[in-house]
Amino acid sequence: MKFKRTLLTASLVLACGLSSAVTLRVANQGDVQSMDPHSLNESLQLSFDNSIYESLVGRGKDMSVVPLLATKWRQTSPTVWRFDLRKGVKFHDGTPFTADDVIFSFKRATDAGSDMKGYVAPIKELRKIDDHTVDIETVTPFPILPDTLTVFAIMSKKWCEDNKAEKPVDRRKGIENTASFKANGTGPFRLKERQPSVRTVLVRNFNYWDKVESNVDEVVFTPIGSDATRVAALLSGEIDVMEPVPLQDIERIKASAGTTVLQGPELRTIFLGMDQKRDELLFSSVKGKNPFKDKRVRQAFYQAIDVETIKSRVMRGAATPTALMVGPGVNGFQADMNKRLPYDVEAAKKLMADAGYASGFEVTMNCPNDRYVNDAAICQAVAANLARIGVKINLQAETKNTYFPKILRRDTSFYLLGWTPSTTDAHDALYNLMATPTDKGQGQYNLGTYSNPKLDELTAKIQVETDKTKRNEMIREAFKVHLDDVGHIPLHQQALAWAYGKNVTLTQLPSNYMFFKWMSVKGK
Amino acid sequence: MLVFVLRRLAQAVIVMLAVAFIAFMLFQYVGDPVNNILGQDATPEQRAQLRADLGLDKPFPVQFARFVGNAVQGRFGLSLRQGRMVSSLIAERLPATLELAFSAALIALALGVPMGVYAALRRGTFLSQTLMTLSLVGVSLPIFLIGILLILVFAVTLKWLPSFGRGEVTMLGSWSTGFLTVDGWRHLILPSITLAVFQLALITRLVRSEMLEVLRADYIKFARARGLPNRTVYFGHALKNTLVPVMTITGLQLGGLIAFAIITETVFQWPGMGLLFIQAVTFADIPVMAAYLCLIALIFVVINLAVDMLYFVVDPRLRAEKSTAGH
Repeated sequence: MKFKRTLLTASLVLACGLSSAVTLRVANQGDVQSMDPHSLNESLQLSFDNSIYESLVGRGKDMSVVPLLATKWRQTSPTVWRFDLRKGVKFHDGTPFTADDVIFSFKRATDAGSDMKGYVAPIKELRKIDDHTVDIETVTPFPILPDTLTVFAIMSKKWCEDNKAEKPVDRRKGIENTASFKANGTGPFRLKERQPSVRTVLVRNFNYWDKVESNVDEVVFTPIGSDATRVAALLSGEIDVMEPVPLQDIERIKASAGTTVLQGPELRTIFLGMDQKRDELLFSSVKGKNPFKDKRVRQAFYQAIDVETIKSRVMRGAATPTALMVGPGVNGFQADMNKRLPYDVEAAKKLMADAGYASGFEVTMNCPNDRYVNDAAICQAVAANLARIGVKINLQAETKNTYFPKILRRDTSFYLLGWTPSTTDAHDALYNLMATPTDKGQGQYNLGTYSNPKLDELTAKIQVETDKTKRNEMIREAFKVHLDDVGHIPLHQQALAWAYGKNVTLTQLPSNYMFFKWMSVKGK
Repeated sequence: MLVFVLRRLAQAVIVMLAVAFIAFMLFQYVGDPVNNILGQDATPEQRAQLRADLGLDKPFPVQFARFVGNAVQGRFGLSLRQGRMVSSLIAERLPATLELAFSAALIALALGVPMGVYAALRRGTFLSQTLMTLSLVGVSLPIFLIGILLILVFAVTLKWLPSFGRGEVTMLGSWSTGFLTVDGWRHLILPSITLAVFQLALITRLVRSEMLEVLRADYIKFARARGLPNRTVYFGHALKNTLVPVMTITGLQLGGLIAFAIITETVFQWPGMGLLFIQAVTFADIPVMAAYLCLIALIFVVINLAVDMLYFVVDPRLRAEKSTAGH
């Protein structure tokens, strides 16, 4: 009997030992396009590659900048930053991490095939001081360098050279690259298996330099494009975590016994823009003048839009109405200024009458239908709202593949756009969305050419101001200028939604990055 | 015979060129991949540069000529979305689609022929009425609905079968197969049934009507008059003649199964060529779309050619006349 019990215990221990590998099964609507962290500037790809590759500095759970491969950094002059690199870190193949890898990765990220060029553009050069110290010199004073570096992954010089992957794949040259389907980083997970569009398997890196709070040994990532199938796979327990969650399925997933949904505000702000440059709108019934040049018309549009109903009906609650062009979580967000002008149809009608458009007018609105959450439905709601002040909207909703080329040519009078500042700093939104367009790239997405010299001046100053208090003061001022002008009509920050089994614990970031190192699976 | 084959081959080339031409015309409307590739942070110069490097700024005839020139040499370039060779992407996906299509065809034939025969022989019975009604439902229900219903019942509610993917696959050289593992078979069941439903219904109805026709023919009456047992009459004479048109239709439908597996593959996240194509469309990944459309055209052309040649072999009358048996 005793022997039997010992045997039983032994076999139980053995069984537990065998089944103790904890697997986390993750599904997303799309696949990670490449394992190469410099090849594509897209959030899903950057988020996934972040578990394998690391940058000098990273993000904490509150989106703050935290040390990763660099332990400390300080400015030695307005344009020079010194970074102390972490010692004793090894790549997955065992090669030690040194300053040479940082300098190599910088060169790689500036190559023609790289999609990270925008992030490293402010950097003039990197200098190796010793094996674990580098100096980074920027072209002009650049206060948000650490924020920018969070998306710049460090690769192993030796591994890239051994695998002929010194450069990111250049689609124009037609040559494949090993780094697209193999990986060798310093991160908490190693790439074990890669089948594009089928599954990608990561395993824990037990030589990781830091303690990891996750209990996950293996991550299986599967793309499932069809919304219904992705939801079904979660409900049937074939996957543990999935995103995005179709809005109409949120209640159903919450109601199911074993699953739940976590929603949070995303950094992306959805807004409307109006052509304020041309003397006559391209697509409107008003001839010989441009009604959007009149602030009263812009404000009438603003106040005629019932953003709360859009939130409750179109977005099923999954949105946060906003008055600002950046959301909470973006550096420079001003909570006290985030008050929308009231929804007031009568006031809007009066403004229209004062501006000389008492009977309204006709204008074409451009809208994507596959880019943001319920984008085309938002535009339909806006069109219905504006009909009440006599504005007839001809809605043109189309796929992003035709929408973006069109609006980037500025062939539009009235449009909907969403924007996430890629540096998570307000300057990005000011520079790209609100400043007057120049041929240098400023105002590239200011598609209606809203223009105020005061804002331009502030934007230029904010870019190089290194004093945080002064900088924040200038951001406030710039936002105020834009609000007073009704330069754009901000609508809301859409919510992001992750659905997962109740046995999973995780941390959701407003950037929608999914860090496997903060995820655990219980009861398996 | 040789002249016939050569003539068909020449026609095939024209068909392929026409398909490529129409496909390329369509690409003018699917939009611009440059913005998808470069993302929001690229400068206008970078966009213009990439557009020029990819040849997208050239007029349509120039782009088309370049594509045909490369395609003839078997070069379809790199996928704009994945940065990998289009040919290797398709080679990876082809086994999944073919295994799915053949499984579906097999289900449709193995069930459809007996069901059709039964419905013809036992006309008017309750079971055959039911079969006919069901086949009508099968022909009219959209594929995605069948797929989602199957997932809901067998994956979510009963939890018997997996809802997505191919499961565990084994590599035989460069061919990935799901036939060698239990997991692979389990994953195959729902998608292949979904894809088979329409064909199954079609074959059932086709076999029934052909069989009824044949049963009215003189030689069946003579066979009966000779006192042959029912079994010999039905399965020896009638069924054989029934199956000739069924084979033709099935051959052509096989091309359709491969081409129209798109919806089934999307619903079940089946990693085949259809899914690849859909993903390419959402990104305006022109090289992948062009290669896919040409490959599908090629499959149709080859199957058509094979069917025509089978006709030629089977039907002696064609050999006497100058026929071009077009479909």
